[in-house]
Amino acid sequence: MEVLTAIKRVPETGAKIVLTEDKRDIDTSSLGFTFSPHEECAVEEGVQLVEANGGNMTALTLGEEDATEQLRSAIAMGADDGLLLPTDGGEWGPKATASAIASAVEAEKTDFDLFLFGNESADTANHQVGVRVAEHLDVPCVTGVKDLDVDGDTAVAKREIPGGAEVYEVDLPAVITVKEGLNEPRYPSMRAKMQARKASVDQVEPEPTDDGLELLELEVPETDDSPADILGESPEAADEVVDVLEELEVL
Amino acid sequence: MSTNDLPQSAGTVIIGAGIVGSSLAGELAERGRDDILLIDKGPLSDPGGSTGHASNFIFPVDHSKDMTKLTSVSRDIYRDFDTFTNSGGIEVARTEERMEELKRRVVSAKSFGEEAELLTPEEVEELVPYLNTDIIKGGFYSPGAGTCDPLRAGELYRQQAKDKGALSTAANTEVTDLHVEDGDIQAVETDAGTVAADEVIIAAGLWSPKIAEMAGVDIPLSPAVHQMVSVGPIERFEDGEGEINYPVVRDMDTQMYERQHGNDIEVGSYEHRPILWDVDDVPSIEEAPLSPTQPPLTEDAFEQSMEHALEIIPDVLDDPDAGIRHSIDGLLSVTPDGHPLLGPIPEVDGLWSCAAIWIKEAPAIAREVSKWMTKGHPDIDIVAHDHVARFDEYGETREFVKSRGAEGFQKTYGIVHPREQWQSTRPLRTSAFYNRQEDLDAEFFEAGGWERPRWYESNADLVEKYSDEIEGLQRPNEWDSRWWSDIILGEHLHMRDNVGMIGDTGFGIFDIVGDDAMENMQQLCVAEMDVDVGESAYTPVLAPNAGFVSDLTVARIGENHYRVITGGAHAGQDKTWFQNHLEGDVELIGRSSELATLGVWGPNAQELLNELAEEEMSTDTFDFAEMKEVTIGPVRVQAFRISYVGEYGWELYVPMDQGQKLWDTIYEAGQEYDIRPVGTGVYGETGRMEKSYRLMGAELEIDYNPAEAGLTFHGVKDADFVGKEAYVEAIEAENAATLCTLSVTDHAPDGGEPRFMTGGEPILDQDGDVLIDDEGRRSYVTSAGTGPSVGKHLLLSYLPQEYANEGEELQVEYFGQHYPVEVEVVGHGGVFDPEGDRLFRNDY
Amino acid sequence: MVLSLVEHDSGAVDDNSLEALTLARSVADDAGEALEAIAFGPEAEGVADDVGAHGVEVLNVVDHSDLDDYTPEAYARAVIQCAEETGTEAVVAPGTDRGSEILAHVAAKLDETMAAEVTDVEVGDTYELTRQRWGGTLIEHAELDADTNLLTVAPNEISTSGTGDGPADVSAFTPDLEDSDLRVRLTEVEESDVEGVPLAEARVVVSGGRGTDGDFSEIEDLADHLPNTAVGSSRAAVNEGWRPHDDQIGQTGNKIAPEIYIACGISGAVQHMVGCKGAENILAVNTDPEAAIIQKADWAVTGDLHEVLPAVSDELERRGHS
Repeated sequence: MEVLTAIKRVPETGAKIVLTEDKRDIDTSSLGFTFSPHEECAVEEGVQLVEANGGNMTALTLGEEDATEQLRSAIAMGADDGLLLPTDGGEWGPKATASAIASAVEAEKTDFDLFLFGNESADTANHQVGVRVAEHLDVPCVTGVKDLDVDGDTAVAKREIPGGAEVYEVDLPAVITVKEGLNEPRYPSMRAKMQARKASVDQVEPEPTDDGLELLELEVPETDDSPADILGESPEAADEVVDVLEELEVL
Repeated sequence: MSTNDLPQSAGTVIIGAGIVGSSLAGELAERGRDDILLIDKGPLSDPGGSTGHASNFIFPVDHSKDMTKLTSVSRDIYRDFDTFTNSGGIEVARTEERMEELKRRVVSAKSFGEEAELLTPEEVEELVPYLNTDIIKGGFYSPGAGTCDPLRAGELYRQQAKDKGALSTAANTEVTDLHVEDGDIQAVETDAGTVAADEVIIAAGLWSPKIAEMAGVDIPLSPAVHQMVSVGPIERFEDGEGEINYPVVRDMDTQMYERQHGNDIEVGSYEHRPILWDVDDVPSIEEAPLSPTQPPLTEDAFEQSMEHALEIIPDVLDDPDAGIRHSIDGLLSVTPDGHPLLGPIPEVDGLWSCAAIWIKEAPAIAREVSKWMTKGHPDIDIVAHDHVARFDEYGETREFVKSRGAEGFQKTYGIVHPREQWQSTRPLRTSAFYNRQEDLDAEFFEAGGWERPRWYESNADLVEKYSDEIEGLQRPNEWDSRWWSDIILGEHLHMRDNVGMIGDTGFGIFDIVGDDAMENMQQLCVAEMDVDVGESAYTPVLAPNAGFVSDLTVARIGENHYRVITGGAHAGQDKTWFQNHLEGDVELIGRSSELATLGVWGPNAQELLNELAEEEMSTDTFDFAEMKEVTIGPVRVQAFRISYVGEYGWELYVPMDQGQKLWDTIYEAGQEYDIRPVGTGVYGETGRMEKSYRLMGAELEIDYNPAEAGLTFHGVKDADFVGKEAYVEAIEAENAATLCTLSVTDHAPDGGEPRFMTGGEPILDQDGDVLIDDEGRRSYVTSAGTGPSVGKHLLLSYLPQEYANEGEELQVEYFGQHYPVEVEVVGHGGVFDPEGDRLFRNDY
Repeated sequence: MVLSLVEHDSGAVDDNSLEALTLARSVADDAGEALEAIAFGPEAEGVADDVGAHGVEVLNVVDHSDLDDYTPEAYARAVIQCAEETGTEAVVAPGTDRGSEILAHVAAKLDETMAAEVTDVEVGDTYELTRQRWGGTLIEHAELDADTNLLTVAPNEISTSGTGDGPADVSAFTPDLEDSDLRVRLTEVEESDVEGVPLAEARVVVSGGRGTDGDFSEIEDLADHLPNTAVGSSRAAVNEGWRPHDDQIGQTGNKIAPEIYIACGISGAVQHMVGCKGAENILAVNTDPEAAIIQKADWAVTGDLHEVLPAVSDELERRGHS
């Protein structure tokens, strides 16, 4: 089985995001980079499927040269190959990203059975790259998946809803976008990590295309830092707590 | 902003609530400070500094006596708080060279009283079965090593101080400014209000420079990365109780450590390239994903360390369920010389530094600093090497701190020779003689930032000339001869036979000027200071307990004008001590960078100088230790008839801009006497050792009093002075130990290569047991050096009274071997020219 | 015309859809356009009153035998055809799983730009919009220039307000579907075996983090004392294996919007706060008075949750709430 998992290099931010002076980017000078928990699950799922069914799992990303670091992290988790669609580091919108990924997939010799994406990227949260890639490739797509079974040419994907789960059954090849909770991503072993540093990563030049959403400026929202009204110290505060609950009429 | 209400004033404000600040709070409360405010911009109990990510192990043995002591006391404190686990620790060697170093560590352990032994690979495997012993030659076992919990210890320290009603804390409170008026600290401004304060201690770890800057002063440290990853879960560790069941392992040759921590193994490295940060780039708590001091691992820098870790502990790292669960570039503080930055900050009264301190020594250092603050001096010597003022006037720029910090980082687990020199940012301070010295192929060593010739390659012919005298004193062993040259012996002998010029001895020089100058000098010095203008004295400066603050030379060059001359490496400390003790109409003026010093010594010194000087220079015109102005050729200098090498001659103090002219004048005229430039190898080692002259920070330190050091020849003057009472007591009391000069009587008792000790080795009795005096002090070599005029390798050491006898035969241990030594001199007085005939030119 | 996608449960409009309608209404007002809605399923007519109250003039009801079960691509096809037929300037959908999925398909099929997680729009020659990045810890101001402006609305960010006067006119709409539009279809809905109120619908959420030390019994007990209450947890507690991921509140877990969120032994990392910022009120129980959650909470009790919560449960019983 041939699986392709797409990941995105994003900075690991703290509680307060710091912007560059032009307010068009995050100041990442003291930050590290990672890929999101959704995508960690996507990589883990792909690796597990290949471990169970044989085949290959390819990790793909579109981003600057440094994004190779994230492909290596995926390889350390068990991905077999890395594929970088190199950019000059500028932000690519979801349309252009999906189009570049779809073109790269079409250009690959491999016929992929399954394309895994995170439900949305941690940073820009556009909620659409997976769907667009599916439409480009003309394959079915299920989003927001937290449980996946692959049986032969069929995938059964479940999406959580209040009080239960929706079940979708689709033919492969298909695009599945996943959410954290799908599985427990492994921590790569030191040996795997070391070997991944030496793995070669292929590159395919992507073709930039237009996106219709133009970034004007980023803004860090004001946060309310006024300290809480301290009701008391335990457990004498119980009385006050119940007063609050009564006042809110939630009882 | 804090949820606490900030007080309007506090007696003592401590900035930083990591292990250092918290320990200070506890220790100061213990010593009577009762109005302490502890501020941190982060939350408690882990405010986000280096304390929160330390690997927390304690290896007690160090090549420095004071560090070993501080670590040992800290371990006791952690133990008393029930925050110490005695796991033991092993330093393993992959190379023969490292095995030799481990032997040296055993020697240091013996000198300073820590248990230690060498292990075979098999013995290492018994203690740490998961270690790949195929690749090691052996190990150094420190049974007293272990791990501690500094966050918990900090909590307990704070609680202790709070229980006394002495402490309030303000977490989540950021210091925004320090108010200084007329050189006195006034208040600490924070985002939650301003607190008036009598004294302020900066214990803010790697943020300390930023806080210091608010008072317009420098704390020269830089944040640097120490990489660490945590791998788990590891099945082997699952059954163990507590956080650690195996000794901590230091893989010395790869500069790495591996320690169990619960189900994980922590792998830390100092092997990677130095990664230094600017303190301004360290993110705030809000900006940092994990903690300000735990940025993400720089992966490429850690690659080699992963390979090395997999070599040495493959069994645990290849556990099929184990993965890298945590990985950081842990930020810690590095300083230009690897030592902490402690004590009063010279420029601002009431402002203290307590920074760049490892977990392993933090509680004890806090204790000593709190003594320093409350009674004027510490009981463990944290002044000589750790005083923040040692970089005064030269070592505080960001570039200097970073380049030295980076260089020092690579020595963390290195094999560092006691004479090893720094390489980066040199030359920094050069005297007026520098170019001439360079032309003569000087090999430069550095002291107090100054470039000082250790020897001159241009004098290589002297080795041949004195080959008979030098025979048997040359050092065939590579370690013994590292940072050393036989030329030093040649220069030494030439000076004693003829004449030598020692250019710029890198002194710290400052003047004490004002109507109250004499009274102040009386108060600070043991020697009589109410002397005639032109007279001088070599004098101890004592702490109230009669421990040594300094030894220095003072000349009265005017009625209300004294010149103080001290060692270059000690200039800042001494300046600070004087500055902080001056009272009345008097001021201190730094002169170190204005004056160059040229010593001209030897039998032909007088004749040579008289060819050049307008005035007569002789015993008739100059008393010993007299300083006055003379004119040498076109240059006017202060001539000072004194010597640290035991020879007749003068030190000439010349304005820096005319120094080169003075050098040229003397050097040219000296050619007919075959004058030679002589390095500090002679000045600081061979010449001084033959004369048994004491060195501050080596022989002179806090553990021994002036009587024991043999420095009571001044007697007791009438005037009062700091430490007088204790000084008198010391003189009257029976010494428990006395500083003695010993010689090595056989350099190769078992045949083979003759060996030459470098200092720090234990002195043993004939049974091989380390000598210990009645006060529990262990005998070790405080200084070692060859005396070519006496044909012996000489050692200085404090010996218990019963062993302090001329002719007493003892042993010294060096790299695991015992060598016979004999006591040559007890107390004051040198092996060479003991009566000082040459110096005083009595009948010479 | 501005077309707003409405999700409903048997004719009851989903809250997030009302938020989307509120934003769509303001877009329509700014653009001087009419607001229409589109809803699917045999019971879709039932939303006419509610959407009318939010300013919708026409409710397009898609009732098609192939669309009784949710089929994202076919839904998207219907939205496209409905929009084309009515000359739509913008399509607005709630940023829910389905809303996002449908609109992404619409965008892909039209090869048009879509802006997700939008919180505000100013209509001019182009749309100047405000949207959320990083789960709302960063705001993006962007310009959208498209023939059909496609927007999903960030959930729990907009306070809904009714402005219309009567029920919307209902207009049946029958899309023209292809087989490929039906290739993904909801085949089954599994009931969760977990009892109680879903996190997303609870009026009270009590949750625990690392400070529980793995013991959630007092948290569960307190939840049992309160009506319409669900139990949640922090990512740390999930990572420790103390709670299933389904309970996780945060950027990569559940986003909740209760009347009050009671956070116990949770430090208040930003990734967690992103998940509970929809809460009207926050009460924190934490031993550390300096914990970040205390800065973010409206009320706090400093103390050990293992002591505080039983006392609260007891007090509730004493006052007869149980």
